[in-house]
This record gives sequence, C-alpha cells and structure tokens, in this order.
Amino acid sequence: MRSACVMAEERRQKQCSVVLPTESMKAMAESVGVGQLQEDSCVALSEEVSYRIKEIAQDALKFMHHGKRRKLTTSDIDHALKLKNVEPLYGFQSQEFIPFRFASGGGRELHFYEEKEVDLSDIINTPLPRVPLDVSLKAHWLSIDGVQPSIPENPPPATKEQQKKESTEPLKAVKPGQEEEGSIQAKGQSATSAEVKGKEKLRMKPRSTHELSVEQQLYYKEITEACVGSCEAKRAEALQSIATDPGLYQMLPRFSTFISEGVRVNVVQNNLALLIYLMRMVKALMDNPTLYLEKYLHELLPAVVTCIVSKQLCLRPDVDNHWALRDFAARLMAQSCKTFSTTTNNIQSRITKTFTKAWLDDKTQWTTRYGCIAGLSELGADVIKTLIIPRLAVEGARIKAVMEGPVVSNIDKIGADHVQSLLLKHCASVVAKMRPAPDVMEQYRADFGYLGPMLCSHVVKARAQAALQAQTVNRTTLTITQPRPSLSVSQSGGVGGSGGPRTPSIIKVPSSLTLMSTRPATPTQPSPPATKYIVMATSAGAASTQQVITLSSSQSGSPVTSTVPSGSTSLQPLVKLESGGGTVAGSRPLQKYIVVSLPSSSSSSSSLEHKGGTTATSPVTIETSVKSERSESPATHTHSPH
Amino acid sequence: MTRLAVSAPGEKMAAVQDGGSEPEGEKEPQPELPSDGSSAPAATPASKPEEQQQQQQQTLLAVLQFLKRNKLIESVDALRREAGLADEPDEAPGSEAGGGVGGAAAGSADSADASALLSRVAGAAQSGAASAPAKGGEDQPDVSVVLSAYSQQGDPSLYQVYYSGLKKFIESVLDCHRAELSQLFYPLFVHMYLELVYNNHESEAKAFFEKFSGDQECYYQDDLRVLSGLTKKEHMKGNETLLDFRTSKFVLRISRDSYQLLKRHLQERQNNQIWNIIQEHLYIDIFDGMPRSKSQIDSMSGSLAGEARREANKAKVFYGLLKEPEIEVPLDDEDEEAENEEGKPKKKKPKKDSMGSKSKKQDPNAPQQNRIPLPELKDSDKLDKIMYMKEATKRIRLGPETLPSICFYTFLNVYQGLTAVDFTDDSSLIAGGFADSTVRVWSVTPKKLRKVKSAADLSLIDKESDDVLERIMDEKTASESKILYGHSGPVYGVSFSPDRNYLLSSSEDGTVRLWSLQTFTCLVAYKGHNYPVWDTQFSPYGYYFVSGGHDRVARLWATDHYQPLRMFAGHLGDITCTRFHPNSNYVATGSADRTIRLWDVLNGHCVRVFTGHKGPIHSLAFSPNGKYLASGSTDGRVLLWDLGHGLMIGELKGHTDTVYALKFSRDGEILASGSMDNTVRLWDAFKAFDDVETDDFTAATGHIHLPDNSQELLLGTYLTKATPVIHLHFTRRNLLLAAGSYNSQ
Repeated sequence: MRSACVMAEERRQKQCSVVLPTESMKAMAESVGVGQLQEDSCVALSEEVSYRIKEIAQDALKFMHHGKRRKLTTSDIDHALKLKNVEPLYGFQSQEFIPFRFASGGGRELHFYEEKEVDLSDIINTPLPRVPLDVSLKAHWLSIDGVQPSIPENPPPATKEQQKKESTEPLKAVKPGQEEEGSIQAKGQSATSAEVKGKEKLRMKPRSTHELSVEQQLYYKEITEACVGSCEAKRAEALQSIATDPGLYQMLPRFSTFISEGVRVNVVQNNLALLIYLMRMVKALMDNPTLYLEKYLHELLPAVVTCIVSKQLCLRPDVDNHWALRDFAARLMAQSCKTFSTTTNNIQSRITKTFTKAWLDDKTQWTTRYGCIAGLSELGADVIKTLIIPRLAVEGARIKAVMEGPVVSNIDKIGADHVQSLLLKHCASVVAKMRPAPDVMEQYRADFGYLGPMLCSHVVKARAQAALQAQTVNRTTLTITQPRPSLSVSQSGGVGGSGGPRTPSIIKVPSSLTLMSTRPATPTQPSPPATKYIVMATSAGAASTQQVITLSSSQSGSPVTSTVPSGSTSLQPLVKLESGGGTVAGSRPLQKYIVVSLPSSSSSSSSLEHKGGTTATSPVTIETSVKSERSESPATHTHSPH
Repeated sequence: MTRLAVSAPGEKMAAVQDGGSEPEGEKEPQPELPSDGSSAPAATPASKPEEQQQQQQQTLLAVLQFLKRNKLIESVDALRREAGLADEPDEAPGSEAGGGVGGAAAGSADSADASALLSRVAGAAQSGAASAPAKGGEDQPDVSVVLSAYSQQGDPSLYQVYYSGLKKFIESVLDCHRAELSQLFYPLFVHMYLELVYNNHESEAKAFFEKFSGDQECYYQDDLRVLSGLTKKEHMKGNETLLDFRTSKFVLRISRDSYQLLKRHLQERQNNQIWNIIQEHLYIDIFDGMPRSKSQIDSMSGSLAGEARREANKAKVFYGLLKEPEIEVPLDDEDEEAENEEGKPKKKKPKKDSMGSKSKKQDPNAPQQNRIPLPELKDSDKLDKIMYMKEATKRIRLGPETLPSICFYTFLNVYQGLTAVDFTDDSSLIAGGFADSTVRVWSVTPKKLRKVKSAADLSLIDKESDDVLERIMDEKTASESKILYGHSGPVYGVSFSPDRNYLLSSSEDGTVRLWSLQTFTCLVAYKGHNYPVWDTQFSPYGYYFVSGGHDRVARLWATDHYQPLRMFAGHLGDITCTRFHPNSNYVATGSADRTIRLWDVLNGHCVRVFTGHKGPIHSLAFSPNGKYLASGSTDGRVLLWDLGHGLMIGELKGHTDTVYALKFSRDGEILASGSMDNTVRLWDAFKAFDDVETDDFTAATGHIHLPDNSQELLLGTYLTKATPVIHLHFTRRNLLLAAGSYNSQ
C-alpha cells in the first residue's frame, strides 16, 4: 500500500488519470491475507484507491503551501489524512526523504520500505548524536536606502550569467535603456521578457562600478598579501576565500592582473615559491562557482602556460622541484581547457598546437620538453594517443642519448629522467588500452625503441591495477564517486569558513595507515559527516583487503588516532600524518603536516618524501604511478625554499 | 491506507443506493429517447392535436418568460401580439418551477423554463424536457425535477460533437466576440464532463477530457487536474470542489451582442445540450456596450466560480478611516524645542492632520464612529499613541527616490519549520509559528522578555508604589525569547494584539489560541473551526479578531467570547488569509477558490467579491488610508483593488513564486511584497493608484483597461541567498523589516 503511494505521486504530473496497476492491489491483498481477489474487484479497488490517493495528495499540497515550503513532506500527508478522518501513518516522520527504496528487475518495478533489524546494543553503544541547534534569529541588512550591500548574508550582486552577459554583449547592456524609454512612451501592451531583463540589468549596472569600495580595497590587499605571504595558514584561508566568496567579481580584473604580472616578474626572478602560490590562486579562482572567468582568460592562460613550459622556474633547477609546479599548472590548463574551451575561442586546440610545436623543436630544453608533455598528457587519453605515443620512439632515443651518452650536465640528465618517467606514467595506461594483452618486451622495444622495455613493465602493472580495481568495484557495493582522490589532509586548525562536509578520500597504500590529527577541525555546520578513509591494501599477491577508517570529527580536543594494521604482511607504514606543531622548531603557531612515506619492499611503489622546515631535500623521485596520490596542490610536493 | 481501501466498498454502496433514489432522473427519459421530433411520441395518448396545442402554448409561455427575465420587453410585446396571448399567466409556472427544484432558488427556475423552452423550440426531441409533457401533459414542476443537476442524458457520444461544434462556431465568429464567447469553453467543458461522469459514461468522459482539456486556459490547470482524477459518479459525492461547481453558478460577463450571437447559433443548431448547461449552470451577466478584449477578460477570470456578479460589488463600503481620538501630546517631552512651546502644537497638529485630515471633519466615506463598538482607550494605549505620533514625526517619507532600508530577520536552524511570523506594531517583538506546534516570541530590542511574578510573590508587592508595573515582573525569567507550548499541530497564523499584551495563534489542530505576553501562558483556546485554521488576525483596535481555515468559513471573534460573533460563509475553497480593514469595520478574506471577499463586520454581509487571481491567495494588505487592497497569490502576481468602486486597478507582475507577504509603507507610498522566490520587491503604490485616480472609472460596465506597467512600478528587487520571505513589516519610521527562514538546500 505504501509503495503504491509513491508511485502514484511520481506519475501525477501526467494530466490524464493514472490508475494503479491491479497487481499492486493483488499484492496488497495478499499481504493482508486475502488470497483470491477477483480481477473485477481489483480493477474497482485500484480505481478507487488511485482516486483517494490523489485526493489526499491534493490536500497534502495545501499543507505544504501553508507550511511555506516547496517540498512535500510526510507530515503533510499525515495532516491530509487527518483531514479526511483517517488515521495517519505513524512512524514516517523523516523530514528530508521518504524512506522508500526502489528496486526493479524482471520488468517489475517496486518501491519498498526497508526495515533492518537493529541491534539495540549498537544503538546504546553509539555515541549520542549532536543536539540540533536551537532556532535563532539573525538580522542583516538586505538593503540600505534601496541598495543591496554586498555582505556575506546577501547573494552575490551579479550572477555568473549577468557577468557573462555584460562581458559578451556589451552593446546590449546599453540598449535596453533606450528600449525601455521607448516602451514607456508607447505604453506597450506586452512587456517582453527581454525588456524585463534589460530593465533589471539597467538597475544592476550602476552597482558594477569599476572603482572598488574601501572595504573591497582592504580585502584585496589582505588577500593578495596572504596569498603570496609566508604564513601558510593565512594563505589557506585566503585561497579558501577566493574559492568560495560570492562577491568577488568586481575584483576579478585586479586578481587577474595581479597573477599575470606576478608570474611575469617571478619567472624572471626564478622565484619558484611565488609562482606556486600564484598558480594556487588561479586554481582557487577557477574553483569559485560565482565567477565568470572567461573574460580574463587572456591574462590567466599565458601565466599558466608560462609556468608549464618556461625554461627555468627556479634558481637551482637541479635541486628544486619545479616539476611539481609544471604538473600542477598542466592540470590547471587541462581543467581550463575542459571548462572554457568553446568553438569560438578554441583554447584546447591552440594550447595543443603550442605545446606540440615546442616539443617538436629539437633545441627545446628538457624542462620545456617536460612541460609540453605534461601539458599535453593532462588533456586526456585521446591527446596522448594521437600526439605522444607516436613520438615515443623519437623521444626515447633522445633520452637514451642523454642517459647513456657522455655526461653533458647533471641538469640535462635529471631533465631526461623526469621526461622519461612522465612519459611512462602517462602512456602506460593508454597503451594498456590500445594494445592486446600479452605484453612482450621485444615487441615493445621494436615499437617504442629505448623506452619499450620500461613501458612494457609499466603497462603490465597498469593492467594488473586496472584488473584489481575492477575486481574491487565489482565486489563491493560501496562506490564513492570522486573525480580526483586527494591526499591533501592538511587541515590547518581553526580555519574558519570551511563549513562544507569533507569529502571522503580514498587512499591507496600498500600497507597500514596511521592518521593522526591533533586538532580536529571545528565544524561550523551542525554535523558534518565523518570523514571516511578507505584503505586498500594492495600488497602484491595478497587478496586486496579493505578497511574503512571512520574519522569522526569528534568534539573533544583529543587527537583521534586510528591505526589499521594490515593483515599478515610486514610492511612499514607508508603514509603517516602527524602533527608537526611541536616538532618544527619554529615559533609559528600553525600546524604542519608532514607526510612521510617510506619506500616499501614492492619495487616501484610510490615514494614521497617531504619535509617541513628549511632543510633542503635531496632530489626526490616522485613516481606518481599511482594516480590517487596526486595531490591538489604542488605545495605538498615541494617546500618553499625560504 | 488500509482503512482507505476498506472504506471504499462502503462508499460504493452508498453511491449505489443514492443512484437508486433518483429514479426520475435516470429512468424517465429512457423510453423517450428513440422518439423523433417530427412524429409525436408513441407513448403519448391519442388526443394528439390537443396535446400539441397545449405544448405549443406552454412553449410560448416559456419563451415569454424567458424574454422577460432577460428584459427583452420589446420582443415580449411583439410575441404576445403575434400569439394573441393575454398578459397575465406568466409568473405562475416560473415560481412553481423554482419550488420544484427545491433549494436551488430562483436561478434554477430560470433554467428550468428556459430549457423547456428550447427543447420545444427545437422540436421536442430532447429527452428530459420533452418527456415531461408526455408524462403528465401539464406540469412545469415535473420538468424541473427531471432536470435536477446533471441528470439529463443526451447521447454521450454526441458530447464531443456538441462541444467541437460550439468551438468551431466560436472560432469562426468575429474577433471582437471571440474572446468573450471563449469564456464559455471552460465552464461548459467542466459541466459536460461532469455530466458524463455523473451518468456513468466513464469512457466517454475520459475521451472527452483527453480531447478538450488541452484547449482550456492555463490558469485552470489545477482544477483540471482535480477533474481528471474524477471518473466515477461516486467520486463526486465527497468532493467539495465539485459540489461547489455544481451548486454555484459559474458567472460570465458577456456583452449583449456576443450573447445574441451565441443564442442565435445555438438555436439554429438546435444545440440543446449546451443550451441546457448554459441555462442551468451558468449565470450570464449581460451588459450593454463594447465587448471586452481578451486581456480584459483574462485579468478578471480565473476564479473557481467565474467572475463576480456585478451586483455583488454594488453595496456601499465605508472605507474611510475612523476619527483618531484627540490626545494631548505632552509638550514637556519635547526637549529640543522647549522654548518654542507655542509653535510646537501647531507644528504637531498639521502633521497629524496630514495623516488623517479626514479625521478632523467626518470623512464621508468613513463609517460612523460607533458603527462597530470598539474598546475604549486605556491609559497605556494613549501612551502608545503618543509614542506613535512621536515616531511618526521622524518618519522618512518614502518614494521612488527614497527607498526604504530593509532589515532582514533570518530564522536559522528551523529546518523548514517556520510557518508564520508577525511583528508588533512598534517592532519590538517578533513572533514565529512553527511546524513543531510551538510559538516563539523574541524581543528584538535590548529589553528582555519577562514574566509576571507568581501570585504568591505578587501579594508581597507594594501596590501603591509608582513603579508597580516594574515590580510585578520577575527579573529571573528575563530572556530574549520565550516558547509557547499548547498547540498540537503546525501553527499557521500568529498575530499580536495592538497593545502587545496578547498574541493569537491559529493551528492545524483547529483552534485559535490567545496567549498572554505578561505571563507567557495560554489564556483561551477558541474552538470553532474543526479543521486547520490557516490564518488569524487581531483587529487594529484590539478586542476583535478574525480567523479562517479549511472549513471555508471565516469567523469573527471577540477575545472575551468563546463563541464566534460572526460567521462569514460564501467562499468555495479554503480561506487562506484574513485581514482587518484599518477601520475595523470590514474583514477581507482570501481563499483557495481564487477570490477575495470583503465582509461587513456589522451584519456579516459579503460586500465585495474580487476575482482575477489565478491561484490561491496567500497574502492581503490594506492600504493605510483604507481605500485599497493588495493581494498576492501562488501565481506570483500582486493585484490591487479599489474598495469603493469594487474594481481591480492594478496588476504587479514580477514574482515567480507564491507571494506570502504584502505590506504598505506607513504613508502608503510603497508596497512591499515578499515571496517564496526569495525576493523582496518594492512597488510604487502611489503611482499605481495615482494613474487610476486620474482616469475616471467606467464603473458602469465594471471593467477597466489595466495598463501593463508593472515594470515601471517596480522600484527594487532584493534577493536573499536562500530565504523565502514570509513576512514584511514597516516600522513606524518606515524601515522595512522582513522575515523568513533560511533554507539550506
């Protein structure tokens, strides 16, 4: 009966009268012990029931309207039933959803109410949920003398569409004013929607002045200083602000210029850290859903491209990890290609051309070469397939010349090494898809030259991993869709404003995992879901075991440590997150997270090594063959050289 | 749900029995159906010529009567001359017919003889009407019994033909008439459909609906949805909406020319089925003059029962304000201009006059001061009045150039549970009604809310002391907000008394509760509505309050009576909002039947019916001078009405969702509207009214051409992040306060 309810409502948008199928009647009759129900009675019943259900739904709508809601709730239905003197359905008080599950199979569709057996001791043992916050009243200015102040309580003054309109159709923005006057004179009968919009925009127009208010100027100053300053916590806050604040569009031209000028200057000065900060700003701007960036791509994109392909980005190319910056910028570029490329601006094809041209040039330095390849390969499998793989042999020869030939310079060697691993990383999965299964070393050598054998082993690994992934996906019903799993667990304590629920992350490590956070982020929202880490032990040979660690963001100040030792294999902990607040000698109050990863016994697993502080790291091998270890920002890969 | 299923057979049984109880309706016509008009029915007695003669005579009588009813005196005379009839025998049959229908009153008499007329004009083939003379030969009463609603049975398969025939005709008619005649589509469609359903032609009914439901105006969608579900006769039993549709006549306003055209067509085609429906279920209000345009018609139509009859809005409405009592403004309070004691009162007086210049000498449009007994002013009220006047002098004069500031009170953490909000007149308190049955009161000034001490403690207080009012309060209970528990269902309406001592709340549980804001306890639960009470409001002078709810009746109460003083019945749908006129003599109610009615508190009469909304009305606001009314509905439109003339004078389009809040600024210059679409909009009310006042009304015909100037009148749109606006209030200094609950999704 209950299942019928839902079905009727779902189909109610159809104008013509919809009647429940007679099978439902039979099913329900059986459920209350009436066996052989005549077909005629079924028909009669179903028509009657359908009608009554519609009646109740109509009454329920009334309650929704008077409840000043847009969503019909179960209580509305209850009240409607009460109106008809029918006993309401008890126990369906959920506010947010109707606890029906849908199942289909064999051409039958079914909505059912899932009733699980609940172990009472579980309920008793689970900690009490947070008490919901009490109703409170908050006042803010929606308008002051007819003008809406741009404060966080108010929506952004101009929506993305308006920004777009203003930038793409500057002529039309002027026109409506004239049109409007005309319409007043004519006292036109029909105000078209275009006119209406024009009018509204006319009203919006004065607000989008090109002068920034004092507050905005202060904000701009604070933000830019924080973004390129030395305090990481402040930077995180500033970037967060850029990525989420709705009212930034007036400052967008300034930000864009700031970034492009900043890149220009710092590339010349080889200031790697600043370049990284600027790229992170670009990322934050791109993350802000309220900004219409298209207008400023002409400034931002060259800056990003510079950070990908520039010959030199840092003072000591042999030591500093400018590769990570290139990777990061390349990812940014891929992202902007995805979001902004249109048939008119042709960003993707232009970018592709630029990269290819530079790459094909023999005199190109290894750094630029690396950037070009990174930029191209981030654009997707198709680009790799058509542009990179055909050139693997040529590139392999070039690498070979450096690696095995006379030692020209250390820098070249490092460069060649990076290019090689980059190529292998990106090509392996594509090649795995292109070529049929048996991977024969010789054949690879024949096809790809110097890189062949290495590629072959990579492809084998890629295949194994793909198979493993498919297996695990098939086995477990739990699917977490997350486009880019991240390892950035850097929660700088006390950063306000980050209200959103944290997304679950998937960390794949061959061994156990120790997570430790001294100061759990204080959630500003009532109850964010506990962060879930799904740890997959992918140690070679052993069947993949999976453990889920739930880090409940507890209110207590004590650190939460969840250690999940892996089964029998004796592998060292790979990733360890711990608070570095006490260990770092500096007096800075901010928290640092040190990600320590020790090379495991298995051959080519990822090995990351990062250290805080000022000690320079030895050349790191970032062999990010495991995709999930890719981090969101290059800062985790590198450290500032200050 | 199980209960529903069980109850179904019972309903059916009842329906079957019921069907049997009307044998005349269904069986009578059956034998007559095959008979053709040309030859006399086989069943009729042998005395054919006599019968026919009598029949003709009756036809003539009916024609005459019909013509008379429609005031076609000339035609009456002409016909009489031609037929050589005497003048007298016209009244009797009509009144008899009226009695026969029983309760349906004069209207059905009209229809009865008119249908009789047509059936005979057409050749007497049509079932119901023709059968009657065959049976008894003489009596009109039988005819009308047979014609009880929906029982006539034409050939069900012909309904589509009839309807499409009419459609074709109306589409082919001259443009100027087409719009007017198109009004017929909807009521005809509904009645024909219901007739089919009533007579158990389910499949034909469905086919009919499928074929023609798409032609109806879009604003009838909601009703059509209800109709589409209704496919069986027994469904009609409990459905009040449909019952209303059957019993009340759909009112159409058609110019005489168009009407003649229609009549001629129907007579030519002998389209009795349609003509019967028109006569029985429609009330055609014929006016002389130019046919109305499509937009004019559209602006007025949309209600459940058609437009308001013209005479419904003819009664005089005393919309003026009552004379303000003379209150001496204590001058010593005015510290700034202490030396200018002479000048002060003079300055003061004109100010006061400007607000109520009519109050000096009796406004001709104002009701008598004691038309409704009003409570006397207490000392505290006088103090409040003085405060009010002081504030009024500091009031900002609003206009298109000086828009008000808006302060938005957002209710947080309510999880969609906020259902009603009210501010006190002096803006010191906010009350919120919640879906969890609670009412909460907040103080928005630094002054906290305190309870009166308990009786034991009160007895200890020195009652002679000057600050006794201060002493009776219990300082320990001071808090910013108080919760009032008592209702057992969502609270849909809250209203503060003007003196801030009481609070009213109406709820789903069918009660209206009166709360004391001194003790924060419930004083009275007024039980009268047995169904959810959607809205309640205190009179601007206190003491009285009005409530309205699902039972379609608005009730007027006095706080010291546990039973209502007046019941205002007439709406065909839920009463969704209720408002007192500023002079407390009238009450406006908005309803789910898409009409607004104005009721006289003195005698309970309905003095105005306003149609034109296309959805349930969810907000009403009187202008401060009492002349105008603004109403907002689920379709997002705000309509403006002139109470004196009973006319629509403006339409404000802009909102995209239900308008839940409307408020005029203190001088009536600005109208603020708040909606589910998360916006507050400001409208130039002064201009809207001014445009109309300069035009003179074509009040004779009762329709005016509305300028489509919403965009010019819109002064500002203020979007909230995700907070539907459910209440608006202007402070005494014309600061706009808005309230709503934040919707996180």
